[in-house]
Amino acid sequence: MATRMLLVGIGNPYRSDDRVGLLVIQMLKSKQLPGITCIEHNGDGADLLEIMAQAERVILIDAVKSGVVPGTIHRFDMHTTWWPSAMTFISSHAFGVGEAIQLARAIKQLPAYLLIYGIECSNFGTGTVLSPVVEQAVPGVVDLILEDIQASTLR
Amino acid sequence: MKNRNIIVDYLARVEGEGSLFIKIRDGAISDVKLKIMEPPRFFEALLRGRACTEAPDITARICGICPVAYQMSAVHALEDACQLKVEGQLRALRRLLYCGEWIESHTLHVYMLHAPDFLGYSSAWQMAQDYPDIVKRGLQMKKAGNAVIEFLGGRAVHPVNVRVGGFYKLATRSEFAPLVEQLGRGRDAALETVRWVAQLPFPDFQRDYEFVALSHPDEYAMNEGRLCSNKGLNIAVQDYDDYFIEEQVPYSNALQSRIKGRGAYFTGPMARYNLNFARLSPLAQEAACAAGLEESCQNPFQSIIVRSVEILYAFDEALRIIEEYDMPVQASLPFQPRAATGYACTEAPRGTLYHRYSIDDEGIILNARIVPPTSQNQKTIEQDLRYYVAQVIHLPEQELTWKCEQAIRNYDPCLSCSTHFLKVHIEHES
Repeated sequence: MATRMLLVGIGNPYRSDDRVGLLVIQMLKSKQLPGITCIEHNGDGADLLEIMAQAERVILIDAVKSGVVPGTIHRFDMHTTWWPSAMTFISSHAFGVGEAIQLARAIKQLPAYLLIYGIECSNFGTGTVLSPVVEQAVPGVVDLILEDIQASTLR
Repeated sequence: MKNRNIIVDYLARVEGEGSLFIKIRDGAISDVKLKIMEPPRFFEALLRGRACTEAPDITARICGICPVAYQMSAVHALEDACQLKVEGQLRALRRLLYCGEWIESHTLHVYMLHAPDFLGYSSAWQMAQDYPDIVKRGLQMKKAGNAVIEFLGGRAVHPVNVRVGGFYKLATRSEFAPLVEQLGRGRDAALETVRWVAQLPFPDFQRDYEFVALSHPDEYAMNEGRLCSNKGLNIAVQDYDDYFIEEQVPYSNALQSRIKGRGAYFTGPMARYNLNFARLSPLAQEAACAAGLEESCQNPFQSIIVRSVEILYAFDEALRIIEEYDMPVQASLPFQPRAATGYACTEAPRGTLYHRYSIDDEGIILNARIVPPTSQNQKTIEQDLRYYVAQVIHLPEQELTWKCEQAIRNYDPCLSCSTHFLKVHIEHES
């Protein structure tokens, strides 16, 4: 039986490395995985909260900044590990991704299954070109998510 | 420490990217600069050469929070150019769509961005840990506002159903039924919201402002009216450029507006409330009075109450419009473009939004001018900070910074619109 799962790639296509979440989701979408819904999202927290409330299993992919080497892939299972305080999800929205997840937890609306992939980025200036090290991380993130989907289906 | 420069690098809970710089010399404020670093967006230039029918959908992209405002000012300005008057139920439906936007935008600000300031939390999610039911109430209200936009506009963000002359598609009366139920619950929640925000602690702060808003004899102005102020301004929107001027300041990517010969002014919920209290619904008026507001409010920190009263009004008005809805025969009125210039102001959640378009006989846009509310409030925000910092200058750095951010959030500024993270610099010279 196909698992109903929601994959959400977050980013702004015109802010360089911030695009990375969108690239990951576009690659996953092209695989036409059964039972999987792929969404490209601008990172508006209130809307994200709504979207997350509609699915039992959710994987979010976003650009992050924590001070480690750009291209580093962070993976957090929100029911076992939380992200380090030095890490921020990149958003120009007043109420963004980090806030939405924290708020969902505070009001006990966190999806039963929630994974966050954060890809360490460095350049958030205007533009559509990613830093090479960030772009090179994309296939690796896609493979890890495919493994997660597989493992989740088997559960 | 008589001289200091206070620098706050990142102002949270404000839409878009900007920073604040405050310089204190000999214990007094010597400089305040609200810098908006968001890159210029060139919307006015990219409208040139496009068909006027494209303007509502292009300008809606300026903002994800208030796309309806852009669509409304665009269609009204173009209809003004084409001498087309949209009346009756089509006009009412536009007002209903605007109610949806006021609800979703104001609720986001009241609950997620502004309330944490008054309760001593640095974010909505921290507040939610202690007040989960209140935050859930806010989310439910915002959802109702989004539902209105989605229902009338086709989708909740950047709706697609608005056109010059009316709408692309209309709903039947019976299709409104689920919305009525949701709005009814929303109105109850909005009444609770006004009571809740009325109990928040407010600093004693008042200034003599010039409040500017649309005013209409028969209704709480949203789409139409004359541009009025509490200091005697009373003009047709066609005369906007004669009375208002936008200026470039070297430190900001957003233009700053002022009234010619007078200076800074204040637009938004407080201005509307102060000028148009008599046109609020009885329910909204009663709730405002019970919340301790008089018919005018001069304390910008109390804008959270005024905004909540407007949310209540928007729910009330939305329900009234739906109650009186009678599906029009035509979803839109035909029109013939003509070479002319058209003007419109409508009331975006954050304040008056001015659009002006010149088009040719074919309806091609020759030039466009857009003045968003945040550009108009920038000068007033800077002046508020000058006065307010003087009151709180004795506070430790971190607290002082927070107070400054709160004073900025009184205006619910949308830096994305005004050009677009706010970084705050408070610099102490010593």
